Amino acid sequence: MVENRHRGLGLSDETVLAMYEKMLLSRRIDERMWLLNRSGKIPFVISCQGQEAAQVGAAFALDRDKDYVLPYYRDVGVVVSFGMTAKELMLSGFAKAEDPNSGGRQMPGHFGQKSNRIVTGSSPVTTQVPHAVGIALAGKMEGKDLVTFVTFGEGSSNQGDFHEGANFAGVHKLPVIFMCENNKYAISVPIEKQLACEKVSDRAIGYGMPGITVDGNDPLDVYGAVKEAADRGRRGEGPTLIEAVSYRLTAHSSDDDDRIYRAPDEVAEAKTKDPIITFGAYLKETGVLNDDLEEQINKRVMQIVNEATDYAENAPYAEPEQALKYVYAEEQGGL
Amino acid sequence: MAQMTMVQAINDALRNELKNDPNVLLFGEDVGVNGGVFRVTDGLQKEFGEDKVFDTPLAESGIGGLAIGLSLQGFRPVPEIQFFGFVFEVMDSIAGQMSRMRYRSGGRYNMPVTVRSPFGGGVHTPELHSDSLEGLMAQTPGLKVVIPSSPYDAKGLLISSIRDNDPVIFLEHLKLYRAFREEVPEEEYTIPLGKAAVKREGSDLSIITYGAMVHESLKAAEELEKEGHSVEVIDLRTIMPLDVDTIIASVEKTGRAIVVQEAQRQAGIANHVVSEIMERAVLSLEAPVLRVAAADTIYPFSQAESIWLPNYKDVIETAKKVLNF
Repeated sequence: MVENRHRGLGLSDETVLAMYEKMLLSRRIDERMWLLNRSGKIPFVISCQGQEAAQVGAAFALDRDKDYVLPYYRDVGVVVSFGMTAKELMLSGFAKAEDPNSGGRQMPGHFGQKSNRIVTGSSPVTTQVPHAVGIALAGKMEGKDLVTFVTFGEGSSNQGDFHEGANFAGVHKLPVIFMCENNKYAISVPIEKQLACEKVSDRAIGYGMPGITVDGNDPLDVYGAVKEAADRGRRGEGPTLIEAVSYRLTAHSSDDDDRIYRAPDEVAEAKTKDPIITFGAYLKETGVLNDDLEEQINKRVMQIVNEATDYAENAPYAEPEQALKYVYAEEQGGL
Repeated sequence: MAQMTMVQAINDALRNELKNDPNVLLFGEDVGVNGGVFRVTDGLQKEFGEDKVFDTPLAESGIGGLAIGLSLQGFRPVPEIQFFGFVFEVMDSIAGQMSRMRYRSGGRYNMPVTVRSPFGGGVHTPELHSDSLEGLMAQTPGLKVVIPSSPYDAKGLLISSIRDNDPVIFLEHLKLYRAFREEVPEEEYTIPLGKAAVKREGSDLSIITYGAMVHESLKAAEELEKEGHSVEVIDLRTIMPLDVDTIIASVEKTGRAIVVQEAQRQAGIANHVVSEIMERAVLSLEAPVLRVAAADTIYPFSQAESIWLPNYKDVIETAKKVLNF
């Protein structure tokens, strides 16, 4: 029997099972999106596969009733943990009117849901970073006990907005958690051609904050790091940079062919560390999960995904006139 | 009433809004202790504290992104971009993010940001310190673009801009900062966005203009008056949304129009104004609508700027072509 690590982190068996279920839900939603895309029903998929442990582990370490998340486009695990439902994600995939992200205006993966403090993002990578810093500054000025959590890829850590945002947060000791989901590829360009430093977390020193690298395939490792960062932030000790290292198990998107730039052996090797499998094994080895329970969870998740797909497929599109709304504030006359 | 320069009038408007609304925040490079490189925010940090008026690190995109994050939480940020030529560094925040946040969220967020920035030529500053880039902003749906031509308008328009729930680009012409003083009420007042001002009434020709060119156009109108031409001068004040009704009413009355801008012919708002006149008032026209604008080059070295910038003589020359058509 392996060591029970979750109890040491203060996590109950129920909580780690809930984490596992969110990871599995994220994976199954993503897999369904690919099927829908390949059968011509939805236009685009950009995957979370391989990064669910980092996403769910981090989200569970936050206060999901008051913290703000500014996810990047792979963060299905973050948003389902923060209250976005499978149905809502499917509505986005089908670009239907009820999509809470943008009413079908944005590409799938551009998450946003005001009621759950999931802040809308956009396609140029890393733009969400200074937004997270602004929200943290607002929280500090208003004396609110909130932390902002912002994610991005390792390629994105080269963007000016990462550095400008991290610097401001460092100077003003703001409660921001910068989490890089290092999946080793920025579309086709491997990390060795992206960064001159060894680790993304090495960049923290330039902004006066701790930088730590954790195993992104292990939700408990990520949970521990994010929990500590959130506690630091709430104590007024400033931001933290966390690098969660995992691997992108799919092509960049449904429009990408990764066989051009990476070897099948490399992907096969990464799949042996698939966090859905390894975390499931951990839960069984610690006696939290058994085959019956696993089957129940799988059934429940598949039912949720099936119902979400059917609902979204049959939901109406936005009326074309909607395309003319919300450019200017209408209560002030608009244009 | 006090006599104020545009710098003082803007400072007065900012003070008014900092007092009026606890959500108003001023920040940017050197706006705090230094009071801004043009002294526009002089004394405001001392009066309102470092939480309300603060210096940022030297990083424009970060300033724009910060403003967005603060707006999402209900603040009314008034960031300063030190020179408007530096807007390219923060273009994504302005044109890619704050202008689109309401649309992409289906109306769930306002972006009540007012980006203040000095711009314009005639004071011997080099390129990127003098550029007239307002056309880039006006071509971005979701933004409003305000350009005052006088201290009185600057105060009233800035207060309206800060209270507006849309992102406003508020452009302050460098040459007008201290060009003249005029009476500006010390109490608050607003001037609605999207409303042009008829600065001078006339019946033979409409000059449609904004910013520093309002003064060149008024000077040209006086000269033309001496030769018996009655010239109307319209100061757009807000170039987006454009006050098309005022433009068209004037053109229908005079039958002749020119558009005067400091920006290059390919830039600015003149082409848009001409299109609106063509679409709505072509049958009222007695002559083609002509433009007075700078040459399609990069803003030149300062020794050449007095030749490059349009002036009242250029306005008179073009006006006569239209009047004598």
